[in-house]
Amino acid sequence: MYDSGKIIPGLIIFVLFITFPVWYNHGAARAVPQPELPKTLKECVLPAADMRSEHMQLLNQWRDKVLRTGDRSFDVKIGDKEYQKSLMNTCMQCHTSKKKFCDTCHTYASVTPYCWDCHIAPVE
Amino acid sequence: MFEKALKGNNYYWIWLAFLGTFMGIAAFCYVRQFNYGLGLTGMSRDVSWGLYISQFTFLVGVAAGGVMLVLPYYIHNYKAFGKITILGEFLAISALLMCLSFIVVDLGQPMRMLNVIFHAQPRSMLFYDMIVLNGYLFLNILCGWVILTAERKQVPPPKWIYFFVYLSIPFAVSIHTVTAMLYCGLPGRHFWLSAIVAPRFLASAFAAGPALIVVVALILKRVADFDAGKQALDKVATIVLYAALVNVFFVGLEFFVGFYSNIPGHKHTLQYLFFGLEHHGHMYNNLVPFMWGFVVLFVVGVALLSIPYTRKQNDFWLGAGCAAIFISFWLDKGIGFVLGGFVPSPLDEITEYYPTANEIFIALGIWAMGFFVLTILYKIAIGVEHEIEA
Amino acid sequence: MDKKRRDFLKVAGATTLAGLGGPAIVERLVSGSSPVQAKAAHGERLAGHGADTHAGAAGHGEETVKSGNRFGMIVDLRKFKQYPELIEKVVHACHAEHNVPHFPTRKDEIKWIWPTEYEKAFTEHSQYYKDKPTISNEVLVLCNHCDEPPCVKACPTRATFKNKDGIVAMDYHRCIGCRFCMAACPYGARSFNWLDPRVGLDMNHINRYFPTRMRGVVEKCNFCAERIGLGKKPKCVEVCGETRAMIFGNLNDPNSEIRKALKENYTIQRKPSAGTHPSVFYIV
Repeated sequence: MYDSGKIIPGLIIFVLFITFPVWYNHGAARAVPQPELPKTLKECVLPAADMRSEHMQLLNQWRDKVLRTGDRSFDVKIGDKEYQKSLMNTCMQCHTSKKKFCDTCHTYASVTPYCWDCHIAPVE
Repeated sequence: MFEKALKGNNYYWIWLAFLGTFMGIAAFCYVRQFNYGLGLTGMSRDVSWGLYISQFTFLVGVAAGGVMLVLPYYIHNYKAFGKITILGEFLAISALLMCLSFIVVDLGQPMRMLNVIFHAQPRSMLFYDMIVLNGYLFLNILCGWVILTAERKQVPPPKWIYFFVYLSIPFAVSIHTVTAMLYCGLPGRHFWLSAIVAPRFLASAFAAGPALIVVVALILKRVADFDAGKQALDKVATIVLYAALVNVFFVGLEFFVGFYSNIPGHKHTLQYLFFGLEHHGHMYNNLVPFMWGFVVLFVVGVALLSIPYTRKQNDFWLGAGCAAIFISFWLDKGIGFVLGGFVPSPLDEITEYYPTANEIFIALGIWAMGFFVLTILYKIAIGVEHEIEA
Repeated sequence: MDKKRRDFLKVAGATTLAGLGGPAIVERLVSGSSPVQAKAAHGERLAGHGADTHAGAAGHGEETVKSGNRFGMIVDLRKFKQYPELIEKVVHACHAEHNVPHFPTRKDEIKWIWPTEYEKAFTEHSQYYKDKPTISNEVLVLCNHCDEPPCVKACPTRATFKNKDGIVAMDYHRCIGCRFCMAACPYGARSFNWLDPRVGLDMNHINRYFPTRMRGVVEKCNFCAERIGLGKKPKCVEVCGETRAMIFGNLNDPNSEIRKALKENYTIQRKPSAGTHPSVFYIV
């Protein structure tokens, strides 16, 4: 190989550089986030595990149903009570703190959903 | 073949550094715009497209213009274009890169750009514009590269490439037709709502694109020891001349329809562009100098290209004539056509548009990027040319 | 995710067909209508044109059975003349309800409904020797929620679309901010968020039940789709209340209040020659 003296160190530097987040944070695992749950209700619109993994798809489905299909019916149920499909007017009525609920996990997972660019978080 | 772009004299590097500086400034300005929003531009509620989209529109024409070299060479077997056809193809590549960049910097939400594919709307002309622009870019990269590689090996190009070469000809026409359809299908904008927009775009494209190639070829003759051939340049100049005349004929037809029919909607924008429009006692005329610049440079360019002495005896005047046509049509299409279309607004109000410095630097930087790519591509093409001759 | 891919394939297929079979096929595929339905839609179009159709009458006046809603509005300029303070009340109520920001510079302006002069609203109508009341009218203009909306055709991402109630709606999540719809709209009804809209809002005094928009998307009047969906009237109509300066209802229902008012009054529309069939009517 020509220039192996340059290529191999170059490759090593490259690999180290792109794996930077892995070894830099190694062994520094932060505590698993503990989002604050509402005190009023024990149940959500789906079981907790499903909400944890699929709330984003659910919100997208709600959005498409409400905005695009125009289905604004109150067809989300917790027990017998019916709710409208709405982030601001349903979810955040129980989860009254964005900081203590949404942000705990989102910050931990380093995701920045753009919900709050338009939707208005509850007053805290 | 890229290695050919890595060896050059000082002028080559200074030129690239010069362009690179503008690209750097533009990158900085774009970051500002990205973080702050398009409020950093001079665009407004009434003039909702500005310098970016008007440059895009003009550059689509420059890209399409390359076909005026491809068509005679491949369809009519016009051998004199043998050396400059590649210049046409490579010009199309860099012009299209500029077009796509101008679209991206104009978007309010560039991160969602791919929604055009995820949620495609086949009734939107932008959807087709995306397809033909990217298709034409791909075709030019493919054809240019394969043919140049074959040339370097001094073997005839593979047969299959001709399919793509022939395909690129209707694509060239389609990119500018579809771009015209962005405008001429809108019911509320009288100035754009004209069936002659697409032919007019094509005519000005077939003048401006080849005119730029003549200018660049003459520069390359002096700085890069590349001679396109007198016959070839003379033929391209003929194409430029006729296409330029046809374009201005079409503009004249717009004037006839507007002023003879006396329909206000058809007249207003032309009045605004060429004479200024009075409204509530205020004269709005900030585009008038540009439009008369278009007329004057057109007359100068046509004169230089029609008088035998300036056309045939003297490279300088030939280049000046082509440059005049290129700038003239830039003023017409790259300034007047898009910006003028927004005056008057649907509510008969007049808002004038002045680009901001940030906006101008982004536009300049994209132009610099285009010429940067063009320089590198031409360096490669000419490098191959010299290698064969040696 | 899978659904997205299927949608994409459908569109890709439709596009290929467009290349092969011409725009007529695409029109069918996209609107998902059979030729029969397409014909029915055409009939509706004729009726919607303002031709006074009599049920059961001979010829093309025969009314086609219409499915679904098409919401429309009447703006009664006589009433606004009678209650001059109403215009500002309407504009303010709408903009407060929908968190429409206020920017002092005209360039960055965002508006859903606003007053303008008669001659600017009705640019195609003769302005010569108009009677004084007409020419001095302040006209409230807003999105016309056209039956044939050019903005919907222009939008490359379907961010703006006609919903099942005939409302031309916006999906702000999807808008890429290309502003093609603004160029396409013959009524100048659309505004673009050149800046972060929250800068132009007093965030302590906003409607907390309706979102704001974000920077870089186009916005406009949504005919209060969020209120209609809950069985309420649009905010502007609610504010007008008993004055009946604005009447709202289903244009496809021959017994609706709006249809009765249309039958009894001479109404005009903005730019009928654009072929967009607006759903907003004006009594001058």
